[in-house]
Order: sequence, then structure tokens, then C-alpha cells
Amino acid sequence: MLNARRLLCPLPVIRTQDKIKQLQPGDRLEVVATDPGVMQDIPAWCRIHGHTVLESREHEGEFIIVLQVGG
Amino acid sequence: MNKQRKAVALISGGLDSMLAAKTVMDQGVHVEGINFFTGFCVEGHTHAIRAKAKAKPKRNNALWVAEQLGIKLHIVDVIDEYKDVLINPKHGYGANMNPCLDCKIFMVNKAKQWIAENGFDFIITGEVIGQRPMSQRRDTMPVIARESGADDLLLRPLCAKYLPPTVPEREGWVDRDKLHDFSGRSRKPQMELVKQYGISDYAQPAGGCCFLTDPNYSAKLVDLWQARDNNREYELDDIMLLKVGRHIRPAANFKLIVAREEGEGRFLEGYRKEYISLFSLSHSGPLVLLDGTPSAEDLHLAAAITARFGQGRNAESVEVTITQKDGSERRLRSSLSPAPTFRRRGIYEPGRVKRQAFVMSAAGDSYAG
Ligand code: SF4
Repeated sequence: MLNARRLLCPLPVIRTQDKIKQLQPGDRLEVVATDPGVMQDIPAWCRIHGHTVLESREHEGEFIIVLQVGG
Repeated sequence: MNKQRKAVALISGGLDSMLAAKTVMDQGVHVEGINFFTGFCVEGHTHAIRAKAKAKPKRNNALWVAEQLGIKLHIVDVIDEYKDVLINPKHGYGANMNPCLDCKIFMVNKAKQWIAENGFDFIITGEVIGQRPMSQRRDTMPVIARESGADDLLLRPLCAKYLPPTVPEREGWVDRDKLHDFSGRSRKPQMELVKQYGISDYAQPAGGCCFLTDPNYSAKLVDLWQARDNNREYELDDIMLLKVGRHIRPAANFKLIVAREEGEGRFLEGYRKEYISLFSLSHSGPLVLLDGTPSAEDLHLAAAITARFGQGRNAESVEVTITQKDGSERRLRSSLSPAPTFRRRGIYEPGRVKRQAFVMSAAGDSYAG
């Protein structure tokens, strides 16, 4: 899980990007953030880099995005 | 077969960098984008903070441009390294606290390092000669190329015809004839290119790409430094907070940050362990953070100001809770008589041009949350 709470965009995207560099294709990553901007920015970033968003939801004021690293 | 060349384009999210990247992509070059996050970028933040803006979430234009172009975008955190650029700009500041020339040199230099590490061949920017008073002048173009160390690996496709041929042109990686000769502040040639490429939507940031070109923001930054005995070091939280709320400095030793609406209030909540905070208990009103080292008397003044920004602004007396960083609380009753004191001392909002008496807290300034 990547804790991106209290970070404002684009920092959650930057942290996601840096974390993914350490992962392998097929791995999953859950990002938890408080900036609603992630609901747009992380999927956009995933689309251009070939990663897949498996799930995105809001839960008690937090935004959770689960993604799968592309090949 | 010729090897496909690779270029990295500095993508700000604006139209020029988009057109520059597209021009080079159209020549068969593999292009990826790079975007630097200094902490002052306009993209993102305030939209995320303010509740009103939430209804219509703001896209990140750099990501959006990359997606339109179908290229990858690498966003690089340069918050720490950028401090030196802002604090000690060799070429000075523009109209406000924007060190545009040093900033450009810094970013092109970072891009130069990036291409070396990632096996790319050259760098593209969307600069246009004569478009910006500080960084995009005929005489500063070579300065950026030279001082960044990129030299003739730096290609400016939108105005290349005015500049000496660079390596990508000399080596035939790109055809110089198909590059452009844009100059000056007119946007006409860009508009023609937009039509030619069939681009239907693009962002046009007014002024600059960061808060440092904003006079109000710059004034708050200078005020922050002055209040710290001209120690210009700063943390990310400092510069983020300058984007939020109304900043009021009743005295040299402390200032107040007053949430203007609900979204800002929620954002400031996150800082209650780092700052003394105040809110009115007896009436609804904004959360207020206090930055500095207030005396007991200052706390009374801060409580009175907090009261004035809430629904109790005309009440006989307002009860205000003051919470220390360690969570310990204390209550103060503020009767609204000290207005003459405020007047005498004056309340200075760094973002405003004139010194103003506290009476400025008329209805329009009150909390909307
Ligand atoms: S406007 Fe800001 S980000 Fe853009 S060049 Fe100037 S200082 Fe740098």
C-alpha cells in the first residue's frame, strides 16, 4: 500500500510513479490519498504508461486506487 | 536502417510545449515528456483544496497534453533542488519572485541529466523568441543552452529557424525546413498550427506556469522570509500554506491564516499539530492557524480576529478555543471592543498592496463555510 495521504497532486502521482519503478509487471499497488485530484490524475498517468486501474473508490474521505503494473 | 532518435520534451501543460513536441514527433522522432514539480506549480493544488472547485475537478494539464499526444510523461519532484534556484537566482527575478531564467536553465539542465541516464538523444522546449520578457528573449536563448550544459542538444522547434542549427538538425535527425519561425507575443502562428494538427482543446495558462509570477503570492512569500529574519529557507508546507486562506499579519512575530471556506478549513485541519489553531466556539466560523511566537496579549488579539471572521462578528462576546501544537486547549472570551487597538496597530495582509485597519473584515471577508 502506498500512503499518499495529505499529499496534493501531483505528488501522489510522483510517489506512485516512483513506487511502480520498483515493481514487476502484473504486480498490484493500492494507493490511498486524500486529494480528490488523484481520481483523475492517477488513472490518466496509468493510461499513458500502460498500467491498469483495477478499482477506484472513495471511503470515509479517502480515495483508494488499486492498479496493476503493465508490461 | 536509421536508428530512431529519441527526444525528451519539457511539457508544462500549455500549448507551446504541446506544439513543440508534436512538431518533432511528426518527423518520426520518439518523444517522451518530462515535467518538473517545484512546489510552486499552478497545476493541481488550489483546485484540490477549495471545496467550490471540487464540483468540477481540474485536470492536470501536463498529463492531459501527454495523453493527447500519446506520449509518456515523467513527473519529477525537484522541490528540494529548486530552493537554491529561488533563493539565489544568478540572473535575478522577473516582475515578481519568479526567477524564470534560472528556472529554465535549471530545468533544461535536469532534462540533460535525464537524457544521459535514459539513453535519449536531445531535448525539446516550447520556447518562442520574444514571448516572455525574461526567459524567452533572443539574447537569453543561448544563455539557457550554454548554462544548462545542454548546448546544441537543445532544440526549440517553434523558433528554430531564428537560431543556429543544433545537433539534431545538423545530423539530420530532424528536418530544419519543417521547424518553425515563431517570434513575439502574437499567438497567430500557434493558432494556425493548432488548426493544422486538428487540436480541439488546449490549456492557455495566463502569465506563467507557476505561482511565483503572481504578485499576491510573491508578496506573501517575501513576508514569510522577512518574518524569519530574512532566512529564506522554506519547507514544502510553508509554500503550500501560502496558497491557502487569507493571510493576516497583525505583528512582526506572528501571522494568522484564516480559512476562506470549508475546503480550506479541511485542508488547514491537517496542520493543527504544526501550528497553534483557533476557532470560535460560541459561533460558527473559520479555522485559523497561527504561525509565529505570540505573547499572551497576541493570543487575545488573535482570538479577537478569529471572532471577527465568524458569525459572531457583531456579537457582544465570542468564545474562542486556542489549541496548542500538543493538543492542549484554552478558551478565551473575546469581547469585540478592541477595534481601536486594531486600528492603531494596523493589520497587514501581505497579499494586499495597502496597509489596512482591521475594519476591512466586512461581510465579504467572512467565512463562507
Ligand atoms: S513561471 Fe515559474 S516555472 Fe515558469 S519559468 Fe518562470 S519561475 Fe519557472
